[in-house]
Amino acid sequence: MKEKRRLNYWKNEYIGRILVTFCGLLIVITTLSIIAFICGKGIQSFTENGISLKEMLFSTEWKPSDSHPKYGAVIFIVGSMLVSIGAVLLSTPIAIALAIFMNFISPKFGSAVLKPVLELLVGIPSVVYGWLGVTLLIPLLREWFGGVGFSLLAGIIVLSIMILPTITSIASDALSGVPFSYLEASYGLGSTRWQAISRVIVPAARTGILTGIVLGLARAFGEALAVQMVIGNTVKLPSGLYSPTATLTGILTMDMSNTINGTAWNNALWTLAMILLFISFFFIVLIRMIGQRGER
Amino acid sequence: MMWKKSMKFGIAALLITGMLAGCGKANNTTEENAGNTDTKQEESYSGTITLAGSTALQPLAEEAANQFMEKYPDVSITVQGGGSGTGVNQVAAGAVQIGNSDVPSAEKLEDKSKAGELIDHKVAGIAFALVVNKDVNVDSLTVKQIQDIFSGKITNWKDVGGKDEKINVINRPASSGTRATFEKTVMKDVKINEAIGTVQDSNGAVEQAINSTPGSISYVAMSYLIGENKDLKTLKIDGVEPTIENIKTEKYPFWSYEYMITKGEPKDAVRGFIDYVKSEEFASKVKEMGYIPMSELE
Repeated sequence: MKEKRRLNYWKNEYIGRILVTFCGLLIVITTLSIIAFICGKGIQSFTENGISLKEMLFSTEWKPSDSHPKYGAVIFIVGSMLVSIGAVLLSTPIAIALAIFMNFISPKFGSAVLKPVLELLVGIPSVVYGWLGVTLLIPLLREWFGGVGFSLLAGIIVLSIMILPTITSIASDALSGVPFSYLEASYGLGSTRWQAISRVIVPAARTGILTGIVLGLARAFGEALAVQMVIGNTVKLPSGLYSPTATLTGILTMDMSNTINGTAWNNALWTLAMILLFISFFFIVLIRMIGQRGER
Repeated sequence: MMWKKSMKFGIAALLITGMLAGCGKANNTTEENAGNTDTKQEESYSGTITLAGSTALQPLAEEAANQFMEKYPDVSITVQGGGSGTGVNQVAAGAVQIGNSDVPSAEKLEDKSKAGELIDHKVAGIAFALVVNKDVNVDSLTVKQIQDIFSGKITNWKDVGGKDEKINVINRPASSGTRATFEKTVMKDVKINEAIGTVQDSNGAVEQAINSTPGSISYVAMSYLIGENKDLKTLKIDGVEPTIENIKTEKYPFWSYEYMITKGEPKDAVRGFIDYVKSEEFASKVKEMGYIPMSELE
């Protein structure tokens, strides 16, 4: 009898506990092994193929198929940075405006229409964004500015639409988290609604909005397909907004499947993947730091 | 009773596939291109074959697979894409029996010791053509003019006999097999200038970009130009059109072989399949799909 009860207790308590612990461990192990694998592969181009770290990080010459191959990643790092920072600059003001509208100006319309629409925007696959960019945006840009249309600007515009929902929803959460007493207090001091929003509510929600921006930046940085389809992929530093360039993710998607494991070229691509990983780590650390500063 | 029987059959099939896979690994010969079509006995093949690699060869490999499976219903063939690099990788790792590639395996591999195990089988030829936007009123370019355009020396169509319009160069990525062939047969010692024009990832993306960009020029496989709705304007090279006849007489330079790569000497169904792709029997289909049959090239 006692035995049976003990067995039952074991069943009730431990099976679930073991299962969730196992899942937790599994995801930690998976993540760590992915990181270890990418780093292991990425380091090979320095240890086995004799590419210098200095060349990789500071040279603009990327000529992997030459008889004297060069592996400088600067163009891709700069290209990725410019396109994601550009997208964030374009997207953030709109996102904050939307968040204010949803929370203070018209909460009913916001929750009934705006929120679902933004959720739909998240659900559109990136290849569709890219395809729309190629068929609608590129001809439009060509009509306005001449040239080919494939450009940094096209990448920025497509990305800014893609990251808009991310920034908006986090900024909106941040705004709604500001205590109601703040609003009451500023009304009490005689401020108008807009003065209260722009001088009290938004500054109070600063930390949350910043987190949204960094998350948007991280998402923009990692996006591959949509950007690759519209940015032109020319391996050179852009000479202006309306000039084609290449990104880390773009060069990876284009060349990964056509190079052979173990060759210097393939290893150099792994190194680019490693650089991409480190930059996203940097973003995550940044988000944590902002969060901690907010708590204090 | 019935299911027992089918179980037995299933186990037998498993054993056979296992044996086939084993055979592929054991061999280590370095013989080049041993397509022994003459030893043709009417045997019946069975087993599964997986192919992966070149997207340029993929449509032909799929068609050949369908016909081969119709002929030998016991054989099951899967054809996957992934790019020439994937093809060589997968076959070298033993993950697939045949790797499709636009270039010989030795050109892709740096570690030449590995190349010894791999055997390249030329299965077809493929012609490429320079294509331009419809507004370009030039019909033929010399090799020198093409080299000057892609190296950035000539930037306006009026310099090669067209109207006053900027040339928009569209390239494939540096690792693309199509681009490798273009560099080897047309550009030769002249380097493509990376800083001009744009890069598109696939034949389809090139087509889209050429159709919509005025004054644009690029290069695609002829097999891609066959079929409905492909109204890209092709250019002659030195006044010569990209036809099988002109390639046979060496008047048209821009073409290459397509390779099926095996690890060690192919056996049984794998050998049968490669022979079938090269055979007279399949040649008319090869031609119809825009490739060049081996029988015409040898």
